[in-house]
Amino acid sequence: MADELSCACHARLPSGFELDAEFRLPLDRAPITVLFGPSGAGKTTLLRMLAGLDDPEKGAIAFRDRTWFDSASGVSLAPQERRAGYVAQDFALFPHLDVFHNIFYAARTAKRRELIKAFGLEELACRYPRELSSGQRQRVALARALAAEPVILLLDEPLSALDAAARARTRQQLRNRLLASGVSCILVTHDRMEAAALGDWIAVIAGGRVRQCGPVQDVFQHPADADVAESLAVENVLPAQIVGRHAGLVDLRTGSALLQAVDSSEAGVVVVCIRAEDVAIARDSPQTSSVRNRLAGCVNSVTVEGPLARIELDCGFPLVAMITAQSAQELTLKPGDQVCAIVKTTAVHVAARSGGVSD
Amino acid sequence: MDWQAIWLSVRLSVCTTAILLIVGVPLAAWVAFSHRRWKFLVEAVVALPLVLPPTVLGFYILLAIGPRSPLGALYGKLTGGMLPFSFQGLLLASVLYSLPFTVQPVAASFAAVDRGLIEASWCLGVSRLATFRRVVVPLARRGIAAGAILSFAHTMGEFGVVLMVGGNIAGVTRTVSISIYDQVQALDYAAATETSLFLLGLSFIVLALTYSFQRRGWTVWPMS
Repeated sequence: MADELSCACHARLPSGFELDAEFRLPLDRAPITVLFGPSGAGKTTLLRMLAGLDDPEKGAIAFRDRTWFDSASGVSLAPQERRAGYVAQDFALFPHLDVFHNIFYAARTAKRRELIKAFGLEELACRYPRELSSGQRQRVALARALAAEPVILLLDEPLSALDAAARARTRQQLRNRLLASGVSCILVTHDRMEAAALGDWIAVIAGGRVRQCGPVQDVFQHPADADVAESLAVENVLPAQIVGRHAGLVDLRTGSALLQAVDSSEAGVVVVCIRAEDVAIARDSPQTSSVRNRLAGCVNSVTVEGPLARIELDCGFPLVAMITAQSAQELTLKPGDQVCAIVKTTAVHVAARSGGVSD
Repeated sequence: MDWQAIWLSVRLSVCTTAILLIVGVPLAAWVAFSHRRWKFLVEAVVALPLVLPPTVLGFYILLAIGPRSPLGALYGKLTGGMLPFSFQGLLLASVLYSLPFTVQPVAASFAAVDRGLIEASWCLGVSRLATFRRVVVPLARRGIAAGAILSFAHTMGEFGVVLMVGGNIAGVTRTVSISIYDQVQALDYAAATETSLFLLGLSFIVLALTYSFQRRGWTVWPMS
């Protein structure tokens, strides 16, 4: 069988909802898969079923050429036999052990020193979990999971315990560490920016089913249905090139336009994510504004969706803006109009995209 | 003071506590982690000595270990001795009588261990038994210590069961509390006061230790 994880499971969630999870992940093509969906959609349950902590009501789970679970033949491997590196949302560090003994609690790796160093934990080795910050705990939990040499990593909202500022900073670090580990990873999140920044593949869960599963950019750009589009709600996912950086900001070339974003130390080819609701539209370029990204563009289409209007623009690259229908009326926007799109620097999210994304 | 009786009680309590740790900890683990439907029956049986009059318990134990019972007959065949009115018989009775004082605090502390930690250990590839030894027991050490101390103290002070099963043989089955009873019967109030004060002081120290071990308050009575 191919290098893939296949799952076709039916389960009843603690909340009473039912979950039908059916998907296949090509692990060789997608080092990091994001399991994305709203809170309560069953993401954690799905992850626990993959880890062997909960059994589905019926269905089958296979990893590479091994059956992990099959209700038809009564197979259900224990977590110890699956060796999936499950990292719970609260990290579940052993409170009676210091950092060193947590990490090497069940270590199979001989590269102890390297692991401690790779996670920047040299100075914390003798501390106890209660003496660590959330970010440090997250690193210890990840190092502990990797030390046991798992066949796959399962991370449940690894960044949710961090405050918003630390989360954005840690995202790229986490992705780099996961890629460096060489272990495929399934990561649960309900944050669409996190999904776009961390994942190579994404599986979108909505309404108790896996609605779409594929490369992140494909899914963001071509949502399979309205539910997926609504839950992702990041209309602008654009390839970009970093062309300069100064004073903590980066200049990005997207199509023929230049954008500015807060520097988060990525390099080379990146992906820029902008929510449509973060794009404002003006008739004339405002000369006295704090906003640094002012893009001249041409209106392609105007679609009124209830109280909101969806404006598709061409600013040297396709850009979608979501403004109130009232504003659209006041500006009398119509296709062909020359306008100025305004995006705050902080609304431009940059995510590294270092290979292995889409074909 | 009747040092012979005190020494006997100490020996009895130490042996009882040791046996209870060996028998009670696995039993407590089963009570804490089993999902069997009839678990409540076992819990009720374990807790019986808390509510049963010691004389009733002692009476049944006496019947169960008597030379005509299967257990007593087997013991007689193996050792040539008899269980009733012997130290060994007393030990058996003490273990049964103090069982809930070990099992309940220990089971409560096992159940209080965060399930996420146990699952984390499983997912790291560590077996259930090793996880119990390396995660559950260290995190429940306060409860285990409390169970041991309570069992020790409870055995030090027991009276009814000892009298029923052991009788009153100096150096063999005459424990501290029976010695006090004898002293009062003999109107030797000075000796009774001395021994009683000793037991009172010991009990207080033991309970103070127990509660200092236990951050969250709990009682010696049956808990959920």
